[in-house]
Amino acid sequence: MAYVSYICGPVVEVALEGESVKLYELAYVGDAALVAEVVEVSKNRAVLQIYENSEGMRLKEPVRFSGEMFCAYLGPGLLGTVFDGIQRPLEKIGDKIEKGTAVYSLDTKTSYRFIPSVSVGQMVKEGEFIGEVMEYGLVHRLTLPPGVEGEAVYVASEGEYAILEEILRIDNGFSMTMVQKMPLRAPRPFVTRESPKELLVTGQRIIDFLFPIAKGGTASIPGGFGTGKTILQQTLAKWSDADVIIYVGCGERGNEMTEVLEEFPELNDPRSGKKLIERTVLIANTSDMPVSARGASILLGLAIAEYYRDMGYHVALMADSTSRWAEAMREISGRLNELPAEEGFPAYLASNIAAIYERAAMVGTLGGKIGSVTIVGAVSPPGGDLSEPVTRNTRRYTNAFWALDRGLASARFFPAINYSQSYSAYAEMLKEWWIEIDEKAIELREWMLELLQEDSSLQKIVKLLGSEALPEEQKLTVEVASLIKEVFLQQNAFDPVDAYSSPQRVLKMAAIIKTVHHLWTRCHKEEKIPVDVLKSQPVITEFARSKYEITNEELGRYDELHEKIVKNYENLIQEYGG
Amino acid sequence: MFIEYKGALSIKGNLLFFETVAGVGYGEKVVVKYGGREIYGRVAALGEKVTLIEMLGETHGIGVDDLQVRFSGEPFKIAVDESMLGRAFDAFGEPVDAIGPIIAKKRVDIAGSAYNPARRLHPKEAVNTGISAIDGLNTLLKGQKLPIFALSGVSTDELVAQIVRQIKSGTEKSAVLFAAIGIKHENAEYFLKNIMASGQRHKTALFLNRADEPSVNSLLLARSALTLAEYLAFEKEYDVVVVLYDMANYCDALREVSAKREEIPSRKGYPGYMYSDLASIYERAGIFKEKKGSLTQIPVLTMPDDDITHPIPDLTGYITEGQIVLDRGLHQAGIYPPVNILPSLSRLMNKGISKVHQREANQLYAAYAKAKRAQMLASIVGEEEISEIDKSYLKFAKVFEREFVSQGNYENRSLEHTLETGWRLLRMLPDSELTRLKPEDIEEFIDGSEEQNGASRA
Repeated sequence: MAYVSYICGPVVEVALEGESVKLYELAYVGDAALVAEVVEVSKNRAVLQIYENSEGMRLKEPVRFSGEMFCAYLGPGLLGTVFDGIQRPLEKIGDKIEKGTAVYSLDTKTSYRFIPSVSVGQMVKEGEFIGEVMEYGLVHRLTLPPGVEGEAVYVASEGEYAILEEILRIDNGFSMTMVQKMPLRAPRPFVTRESPKELLVTGQRIIDFLFPIAKGGTASIPGGFGTGKTILQQTLAKWSDADVIIYVGCGERGNEMTEVLEEFPELNDPRSGKKLIERTVLIANTSDMPVSARGASILLGLAIAEYYRDMGYHVALMADSTSRWAEAMREISGRLNELPAEEGFPAYLASNIAAIYERAAMVGTLGGKIGSVTIVGAVSPPGGDLSEPVTRNTRRYTNAFWALDRGLASARFFPAINYSQSYSAYAEMLKEWWIEIDEKAIELREWMLELLQEDSSLQKIVKLLGSEALPEEQKLTVEVASLIKEVFLQQNAFDPVDAYSSPQRVLKMAAIIKTVHHLWTRCHKEEKIPVDVLKSQPVITEFARSKYEITNEELGRYDELHEKIVKNYENLIQEYGG
Repeated sequence: MFIEYKGALSIKGNLLFFETVAGVGYGEKVVVKYGGREIYGRVAALGEKVTLIEMLGETHGIGVDDLQVRFSGEPFKIAVDESMLGRAFDAFGEPVDAIGPIIAKKRVDIAGSAYNPARRLHPKEAVNTGISAIDGLNTLLKGQKLPIFALSGVSTDELVAQIVRQIKSGTEKSAVLFAAIGIKHENAEYFLKNIMASGQRHKTALFLNRADEPSVNSLLLARSALTLAEYLAFEKEYDVVVVLYDMANYCDALREVSAKREEIPSRKGYPGYMYSDLASIYERAGIFKEKKGSLTQIPVLTMPDDDITHPIPDLTGYITEGQIVLDRGLHQAGIYPPVNILPSLSRLMNKGISKVHQREANQLYAAYAKAKRAQMLASIVGEEEISEIDKSYLKFAKVFEREFVSQGNYENRSLEHTLETGWRLLRMLPDSELTRLKPEDIEEFIDGSEEQNGASRA
């Protein structure tokens, strides 16, 4: 039997005794049967990466190769569960994660009501729906795994089944339960790749309106510590209009995962009214868990995401933070004595990042449905330096870039997305989507971006000399921009009314500010009313407060407010004119 | 009972290359004997022919021939017991005071294991330090890890000693563990005198590792202290606070050890795994759902060259739940403790304080931020040129630094005192500026107390 011949941290060498070993094969190392993956193979020697702490392991301990790739277990019961990087359900493990703990990923005892959609004698092929069960409120469609085809010789009749009971058998002997095993590294096949054209509504005004992300798209959130990456990721996980959310805490704080676990069962999805936890899968590889499982955690998230995508769902995957994943890669690479490229990262850093983000897509599935996987990755640049390799390469492969800014964060301006550094390539592709809601939407957006741009250059003077030094006209621009920033862009994630803005509400708010801009300009041109008077009208305060008061369901109140503002300034013009 | 092996293949710095013997485990503790000296070591790599042992002591004057190695068959462990409170220890958990050996039933592996996030309880209860800048504006919660980003030459020792003396979690069963990592002899004396001689002695244990000890000891010391802390917190139901001082020394030790192992360095020569390594220290803090005790951490680190983007504070900030940042300018202005409120943050504080306290803290922060901008403007255009409101902010900033942030080295302020001081300062500003407060706060705390109101506005 193969045995351990060299140990250095999570990397072990194994002397082979005739076993034929494949790259990325799953293996169990030592007496404690620690989970490991093969990363290098030669004739009589293999190098393995252990996903747990190797302390205490001795030479000559046996190694067992499983004969299959490292797999995710996919089936009913994923939703609402928290896993570690190698898919052990954390609820079933003790306070401390001792090595060698083996727990089956899914709950085998719960039974689900299976409703078949194929019958005996029918020809079935890969990706075909063979039946469904209800997982919380979601129709969990069971599909034939990729690469399987034949005639159904047995189909379970409608009824209650545990997940490991046989539900289908085909003529070539292939038998299937509700659980599928899918290799982590292999993307699930699909038929077509659709172009992104639907907005992933996040309810965050600055994102949806200025730097949107499409369903099936990719975004990165770079930001130093304390700039609010995690809060933004959690906010997106809460409010995005995806059917399933996969939240991967990769090398981050334990208490943050605990917070999600405590909070999500309490919160309701604004659309379905169900508990948020019921559409969420959590994967936690906290920073004190073995680094080697960090790479696996994101791949596991993707495998689960693609599984639900193939049922015809829109899935959003939040990875916080991909920098830790890249650093884990660097550490393992170092232990394998590979030649380093930039800052110690291996030369394949860029291609590995691409391999992750390229799995985001809106697709036509094998089962004939449309589904998508959207990926939002946080990046933690050391020292806030956006030119470091992980941030730079992530930028290459993601289309939306939400740069978090320490200056904004320390002014307690949240979300601290820097509007002059951020961009989104989806803005162009989503024009049609916005026009469908309101034909003025695009015009409004362009007006807002232009005004913010103008403001940015004026701010340089304001910083030096104070806003008093500006001529009235420019002061007006600065004040309107400040209204955009304070009322529109700034959004309180902890306020029940402000936390989520529907696209309709976003447009109403933007339109009011544009009207204000127009009215102020008129007041200034016609009657030379000072900006200080214009901005201190009570209607402005009322508008500023309205984001905490007018809910998404009472948009009529915005129309009333809109009218009130128009009247207020028309009266003012008359007063001054008279 | 253990076989001793003689003679090594080679020795280089503190790395000993030894012919592999059967049955040795990776990470195992070894004892190396040479000419009457005993040095601890650890198995750092294990191959079929050669075992690499990292020596945790002075290696000068050691030769390969007469050297003896004894493998212990187990990883590094320390004894843990309640009787260890009130005592002082070295990196290996062995007593260094003259009181005698520790009698303990239990020995625990110092490496620790990862906490299960599904079993943690999110911190929700405040711990008082008696320091306004922390309790009022950056409240520390039980189970939180809140570091202090210090500066060399700024009164860090005094602040650390004051926190250790004053910290109170509100329960009877509390303990403070002070891990002094790689500190100078003089500072060690200071802490021994200041902490162990105070009335808190029976609740405090000191782990001490001096600057001239081999650097690897620093790596062990932090873990030894946390191992005892975990035992007290999660098995004996104590509310434990661990102060780790100075984590910059820890990181430098980590760099030194990594360089000796000839690993590929990442930023500024620190190893690429420093983040994970620091996480394995900082994440050993928290509360569990089904356990009574808690483990709170206050790591202290000196920012090299006052640079907050240096890898040590940077990686720490990514792991810990906030930071208290000290400022040289305040120190020079005679403010003690010189806490710079603006970059300081306690991420968890809102979960452990009242809504009114949240709004007050928010308002004080906003006012101070505005005051700082007014100061900058005043320094460019002159104090005469700025608006009346900005002038009242300038005044606010001065009083805020002198009366709120600044306090005596032996002054233990109650939370009530801190909050009342805050309200008093806010009364200096016109009501229209207090936008972070609710109308009822203004009524109760600002306009409500008439006589002080008149006095401070005048």
